[in-house]
Amino acid sequence: MNRVVITGIGALTAIGNSVPEYLEGLRSGRSGAGPITHFDAENFKTRFACEVKDWDPTTRIDKREARRQDRYTLMALFSADEALQMAGLLGEDGNTISAVDPDRAGCIWASGIGGLRSLEEQIEIYEGGDGTPRYNPFMIPRMIANMGAGHISMRYNLRGPSYATVSACASGGHALAAAADDIRLGRADVMVTGGSEAVISKVAIGGFNSMKALSTRNDDPATASRPYDADRDGFVLGEGAGAIVLESLEHAKARGATIIAEIGGYAASSDAYHISAPHPEGAGAKMAMINALKDAGLQAEDVDYINTHGTSTPIGDTAELKAIKLAFGEAVYGANISSTKSMTGHLLGAAAAIEAVACILAIQHNFVPPTINHFSKDPDIDEKLQLTFNEAVERRVDVAISNTFGFGGHNSATIFKRYSE
Amino acid sequence: MASIEEKVKQIIVDKLGVDESEVTRDASFQNDLGADSLDTVELIMEFEKEFDISIPDEQAENIQTVGQAITYLESSVDK
Repeated sequence: MNRVVITGIGALTAIGNSVPEYLEGLRSGRSGAGPITHFDAENFKTRFACEVKDWDPTTRIDKREARRQDRYTLMALFSADEALQMAGLLGEDGNTISAVDPDRAGCIWASGIGGLRSLEEQIEIYEGGDGTPRYNPFMIPRMIANMGAGHISMRYNLRGPSYATVSACASGGHALAAAADDIRLGRADVMVTGGSEAVISKVAIGGFNSMKALSTRNDDPATASRPYDADRDGFVLGEGAGAIVLESLEHAKARGATIIAEIGGYAASSDAYHISAPHPEGAGAKMAMINALKDAGLQAEDVDYINTHGTSTPIGDTAELKAIKLAFGEAVYGANISSTKSMTGHLLGAAAAIEAVACILAIQHNFVPPTINHFSKDPDIDEKLQLTFNEAVERRVDVAISNTFGFGGHNSATIFKRYSE
Repeated sequence: MASIEEKVKQIIVDKLGVDESEVTRDASFQNDLGADSLDTVELIMEFEKEFDISIPDEQAENIQTVGQAITYLESSVDK
């Protein structure tokens, strides 16, 4: 099997619109939450979210395309462009991949939901009209969840495998694993992977509110996402994208690329339990981590940093910590654990993608981003766990693992490690 | 008030993201202004909305250039 290395990353989040800005946000422990501006949320139980701010897609995307596409595919293109640029894989025109055979390059891109806002808008136009169906011809291509992969493939002329993975909030983890498999098995030399999500909309906020999944701390949005705090009351919806360029070690070396980190291993599992609640004992999550370690050929004590799913929901946070303790045993106390969702909010299908970027940055810069907004201890949480509360920790990070779990009981765990010959 | 011609040109500029100078009467949506078949459908729907009319499919098929759109709309829209 080929070794899989990372040669480029991209990030677009509520705490930074580029990798350097995201890194600065993670280090300083900044919250990306604020009042919702994408729609009038006055009548909703939750009136805040982690929106991407001051973002001009046309700095990387043609004006005309920017008009035609949904926000989620624009975010996909934007972060993929940053990652490909970092990888040194863009041709002179900036629109075509170079230094790789296009038939050996592909894109597996995640979105949990797709272009929900485009669908919502068109239904409203129809319902508010005279009954004549005047659906925009771009509604379907804007809405379908595979179009992140489609647009990235089209823009850069990637002619290898391209498709989307959909497993709710684990989508990004499954995309990364599938893309890495293509390189491991020699089907491709370069794969662009990641995920994007942009559903801060009436339907999503209303729907998640009805599930009682979202925080309703409207009087203080910046402290609402507080994983592991005794008073956590649900997740904060985020939007954005994360991109990772995967490449076979051989290909990266042959073209003299800068290698940022290596994929250690990964695994997926299922709770087989409930549509939205996690298994109370973390049975599925535990197996994802154990099998990812096995796939990476690593021991639990090798792991320096655990980036949790940690969405700030009362049940989910403790179930995951149980699973982590089962998977890691005593070695868990040697690792730093944190939930970067405390800063970025929960990006659903893109969560694993921006959290992969956080793990890669942790290895590259030797620090552990914090779990911000910790105010009071939850008596059900083991005090000995190093949950990296409120401030980033400087430490050498050679191995990081990222967990993501989706509605439907889909689990994924991915291990990133420092590259060495 | 803007004339039909001005309104049509503005819609084309907005939807196709082209320069106003390119939107001449002879310009073909698909051959000169970079539109694909979906863009053309969207343009027709925008004309219908702007001028509050309904353009039958068989008429829409004959609207391929800026000039054809202006001529059709000038003859069908109540002034």
